[in-house]
Amino acid sequence: MKTRTLYDKLIDSHSVKTLDNDGHVLLYVDRHVINEYTSPQAFSGLRQHNRDVWRPSTTLAVVDHVNSTEPNRTDFSESESGARQMKYLAENCDRFGIELFDLLDKRQGIEHVVAPEQGFVLPGMVIAAGDSHTTTYGALGAFGFGIGTSEIEHLLATQTLVYKRLKTMRVTIDGTLGLGVTSKDLVMAVIKKIGASGATGYAVEFAGSTIADLSVESRMTICNMAVEAGARGAFMAPDEKVLAYIQSKPRAPRGSLWSQAVAKWMTLKTDEGAQFDREVHLSAEAVEPMISWGISPDQADIISGFVPSPNTTYGDHQNAAIERALEYMGLEPGTNFEDIEITHAFIGSCTNSRIEDLRQVAAVLAGRKIANGVRGIIVPGSSLVRQQADEEGLVDIFKSAGFEWRQSGCSLCLAMNEDILLPEERCASSTNRNFEGRQGAGARTHLMSPAMVAAAAVSGRLKDVRKLKPK
Amino acid sequence: MLNANIDTDVIMPKQFLKGIDRTGLDKGVFFDQRFRADGQPNPDFVLNQPAYAGAKFLLTGPNFGCGSSREHAVWGLYQLGIRALIGTSFAGIFFDNCMRNGVLIALVDEAQLRQIMTHDTLGKDLKLTIDLPHQEIRIEEKEAIRFEIDQLRKNVLIEGLDPIGSTLQHKDAILNFEKRHLAENPWLA
Repeated sequence: MKTRTLYDKLIDSHSVKTLDNDGHVLLYVDRHVINEYTSPQAFSGLRQHNRDVWRPSTTLAVVDHVNSTEPNRTDFSESESGARQMKYLAENCDRFGIELFDLLDKRQGIEHVVAPEQGFVLPGMVIAAGDSHTTTYGALGAFGFGIGTSEIEHLLATQTLVYKRLKTMRVTIDGTLGLGVTSKDLVMAVIKKIGASGATGYAVEFAGSTIADLSVESRMTICNMAVEAGARGAFMAPDEKVLAYIQSKPRAPRGSLWSQAVAKWMTLKTDEGAQFDREVHLSAEAVEPMISWGISPDQADIISGFVPSPNTTYGDHQNAAIERALEYMGLEPGTNFEDIEITHAFIGSCTNSRIEDLRQVAAVLAGRKIANGVRGIIVPGSSLVRQQADEEGLVDIFKSAGFEWRQSGCSLCLAMNEDILLPEERCASSTNRNFEGRQGAGARTHLMSPAMVAAAAVSGRLKDVRKLKPK
Repeated sequence: MLNANIDTDVIMPKQFLKGIDRTGLDKGVFFDQRFRADGQPNPDFVLNQPAYAGAKFLLTGPNFGCGSSREHAVWGLYQLGIRALIGTSFAGIFFDNCMRNGVLIALVDEAQLRQIMTHDTLGKDLKLTIDLPHQEIRIEEKEAIRFEIDQLRKNVLIEGLDPIGSTLQHKDAILNFEKRHLAENPWLA
């Protein structure tokens, strides 16, 4: 029998029919997550054509992108447009019978934090959502990928997508991560190595002993950010850690269904000898804390480095691109990264806002204060994470350090709500994109791990977290 | 637009994502580059230069449209009058979004892209024609460059098919698949 990769197995098992000889199949989608800002026009399309939702119970709606993160928020929205999007989502969920976690639901949060947290994501599933970071779900052995609004409408109406098979890439990471080095540093190192388009057109499987050693939440950070290398799907074979993670979740299968499911899930791995279109290897020992210095996620380097000169080549980036990045970022070539002063420190986003991330932040902030002139903001990934952080006593540490402790949402990762930076403000950020204008027109973003953001916050400048003196 | 990795945040900034319909998005396209802080057009931006005003096709750098899934980027390009993007590689979600909205993606190789970029009438009165049925970009009706597109995508664009209607022709196949799939994986039911 032909050997197959995990990707082949996931796609084969969800192909309703082959549509041509170019690799297009009609792909059945098990679960669908929607938000308030990319779904409105999809529902309007259904209404206009008098179409129904194929299987409403497979879709979960969450408010996350436009909502306020004020600590004392109510369901009143200062923003008229935000209110309109939230209201329309509620109307659509009501009309089409879709479950909604609205703003004041205690399970509300960022869709890619909420869905795994609820056990809505299970190994072997194909999941699509109108958000590029749907790749996150690959950490549970599901195949998640982002789609646009037209495809949301198609999925709601047919439970399927017209899908073209991708090429396959395996990224194998072996070895032990050093102290103070996290999965965020790992994925940033992968993106730097293969480039912002290195995985465009590929589905990426992560493998190796380093991945096996990581917690499930840490793995989510890697699959989440794989899209910044262009991956349209990034996943890992499920293991015992994944089972333990899922078993505690509200929607996990129970009883005999659980054992039946586990038997199936344990077959979800790439066959020995299966061929990938591309193989990439990385040694975990070589990875150090990373920061981005430019306006593309692959414009990143180890914290002990310095701002590059436009006369050097930098991966795919030509001189002009580096020059543009330095101009936008307001950086001089040769500056040590640790001399770059910040105005803001942001912990949040679907990449790094889970409880383990917050514990790492608290470990750095304990007994320390934010530097003068820095505004620190923590936006937990979900309202349940928020509650847990409170129960664990982390919130006291955050507040004593001088951080704002907000309600959940996407917030300053993409600045669609009121959380937005001014031109030339400079933010150490645990998010996923350092694009021009991402956190506000003219605002400057440096991506890094949550622990590194905390280190920057207390230092007033970018800082190797490993160099902070023990408290 | 030949830089690598031009992302959808740059193509359509956040302040234009707040509607519940698809209208008025032409204004948002490349907003931060196209307009100065005072709201006036930025004369340095390529689409504001007389030679490129009213352009219907964009030549694009590698990995164009990376980042966010926001289809608003494509709706805006279409509303601005853009009908085709000619480039060597595109981000996956953006690619699908274009094909769903009548914005043709004409995939060419680097040498072909350079052939257009270095044409001596580019920026003056270069006239490009795209012939979708024949998969050709014609320069001044003299030189022809073949581009790649899947037959399936091509048919949808040429015939203007309703993709949902087309898929629903396979309704029985979907129902049969679903029944079997849920029986084999009952925890998904």
